[in-house]
Amino acid sequence: MKSVWLLLVLVAAVKAERTFVGDQVLRITLQSQEQLRVLQSLEHEEEWQLDFWLHPVSTDLPVDIRVPSSSLSTIKEFLLTHNIPFTVIIENLQELIDMEKTEMEENQKKKQSTRSINFGAYHTLETIYSWMDTLVTQYPHLVTKQEIGKSYENRPMYVLKFSTGGTNRPAIWIDTGIHSREWVSPATGLWTANKIASDFGSDASLTSLLNTMDIYMLILANPDGYVYTHTNDRMWRKTRSLNSGSLCRGVDPNRNWDAGFGGPGASTSPCSDSYHGPFAHSEIEVKNVVDLIKSHGNFKSFISVHAYSQLLMYPYGYTCTDVADKAELDSIGRAATQKLTSLYGTYYKVGNICNIIYPASGGSIDWSYDTGIKYSFAFELRDTGYYGFLLPSNQIIPTATETWLALKHIMEYVRDHPY
Amino acid sequence: MATGELNPNHFPARRAAKVVQHYLNTRYGSPYRLFGLEEVLSATAEDVDDTGRRYHLQISAHEIISNRKQKCSAEVFFPRGEPTQPAEVKASCEELLQNTTAQEEALYQRYKGNHSLLSAQYIPDSQGNIEPDMMPFWHLSIAASSFIMLNESTENTLYNMAQVAQITQLETESDELKFDSLMLLHDMVSQEILHWKLLFTWSPAGGVKVQQMKQIPKPHH
Repeated sequence: MKSVWLLLVLVAAVKAERTFVGDQVLRITLQSQEQLRVLQSLEHEEEWQLDFWLHPVSTDLPVDIRVPSSSLSTIKEFLLTHNIPFTVIIENLQELIDMEKTEMEENQKKKQSTRSINFGAYHTLETIYSWMDTLVTQYPHLVTKQEIGKSYENRPMYVLKFSTGGTNRPAIWIDTGIHSREWVSPATGLWTANKIASDFGSDASLTSLLNTMDIYMLILANPDGYVYTHTNDRMWRKTRSLNSGSLCRGVDPNRNWDAGFGGPGASTSPCSDSYHGPFAHSEIEVKNVVDLIKSHGNFKSFISVHAYSQLLMYPYGYTCTDVADKAELDSIGRAATQKLTSLYGTYYKVGNICNIIYPASGGSIDWSYDTGIKYSFAFELRDTGYYGFLLPSNQIIPTATETWLALKHIMEYVRDHPY
Repeated sequence: MATGELNPNHFPARRAAKVVQHYLNTRYGSPYRLFGLEEVLSATAEDVDDTGRRYHLQISAHEIISNRKQKCSAEVFFPRGEPTQPAEVKASCEELLQNTTAQEEALYQRYKGNHSLLSAQYIPDSQGNIEPDMMPFWHLSIAASSFIMLNESTENTLYNMAQVAQITQLETESDELKFDSLMLLHDMVSQEILHWKLLFTWSPAGGVKVQQMKQIPKPHH
């Protein structure tokens, strides 16, 4: 019997999703201080595994307890013995959870069938991925979707390619969402992908750009991390790879590139949020991009989008020494941010990563620059710390709209300065 | 680290200036008053023998709720040595309003009654939303957390409030409102999210006072 029980526990643990079949939520309305004390002592009883949704704090407030089915009869008897009346406000928690899940799935399906998406909201990976297909269907002569590889947990990584033809045209790379908690980054990516597709043909400058160059957009550069911020930990930053010899998972994907790898600003500890990983490009998510860029061989600009701090930066992070092209990159950055600021007054600082924010080795734009992609930039979007990672969704569109002005400036400059 | 005139846009000056923000919020922060660092206007730094480093700063502080900017002059001293001592700050701004407001009084009275003890989680939520009723407690939480951030700041940190994981109002006999909380702080330099238990009080007259603060290990997954 014990081995069966153990197996069930293991299965449940492996599935990593708890079930609440038969669990009930009881509501207790306290009638005296004595009853309050009784319930407060219940909080310390571990064997019944009570989960207080509303803690016993005062006689004025209800107490809600999720009672596992195995403890139900014991608890009800206990309450009756103490003359503490209760009502069952949820009869079978698992049923309620299942209903909610079905509803959410239906909502997802509805989103797919309306060819529109709310750009002013944060979306799940599933919604973003299915919208990509919608975009390709709407603009088949401009947009294609390419799988560039899989994530650690085997999720596909998709790049949207904006191209009017040619063979291996000079190209611009944009990635968003590499640090999964920076939600406004992929939200901006989504809006921007739509902007590029919908403005093609009507915006003269963008149209001329796309007549000679391609744009590649990787909206979710860290799909596993992004899902994890929805399901488990909103503040997760890294990938979700297993680190051998450690209970801690994940590598900081922006310390994992082969550029000053293992240098300043990156941690050797797997539990750290800036862990650089066991070796450069150890993370499949990074390797997939590296392989694409290298095999393409004709990228002229590489732009990584992060949040927060309101910065537009150029290399290097791994050293504070100026790059050879510093003057040019700095002037592009200033002109780009001036355009950004012109819309809502959002103020950005410009400079190299090492001086502006911190020394940080193993970063993507250092790698791209050292590969020969001169116009390498990193954005840190809104805000400057008030909401930080939890930027309200009503700021997504203003952020994307102002950032577009800067992005466009950079892309136009790249178009006009072939090398 | 650089000494003498500092580039106001580079991180050494900004980190020191951030400490001034935390200092201002510990002294003047309330449910309806909060400061943000807008800009560093100028900065110099000097070593003080072996005891530490002192920064002189001119900054522009932004009172977030009234959306007013003002210039402040400040000195931040980071002591050297083990164990690490907190930074020492002096600051004076163009106009630091001390008077309590009618809004603060009204909030205080409403929650003093002990009939509606506050209990809330995840402010802001994952989408960055905060219920209008909870906004004053978001600001109050930032002000209270500023005590932690001020205490923990060094030349190698840059703290911001990340989220209020949990805040519960406790019954109390004294005049102040009392809160137990779990605060999540973000250090930009290490990129870590730090979890802190914070027990604090507030009243319009007394301002924010911290009774207990303790860092707790974050659950690893």
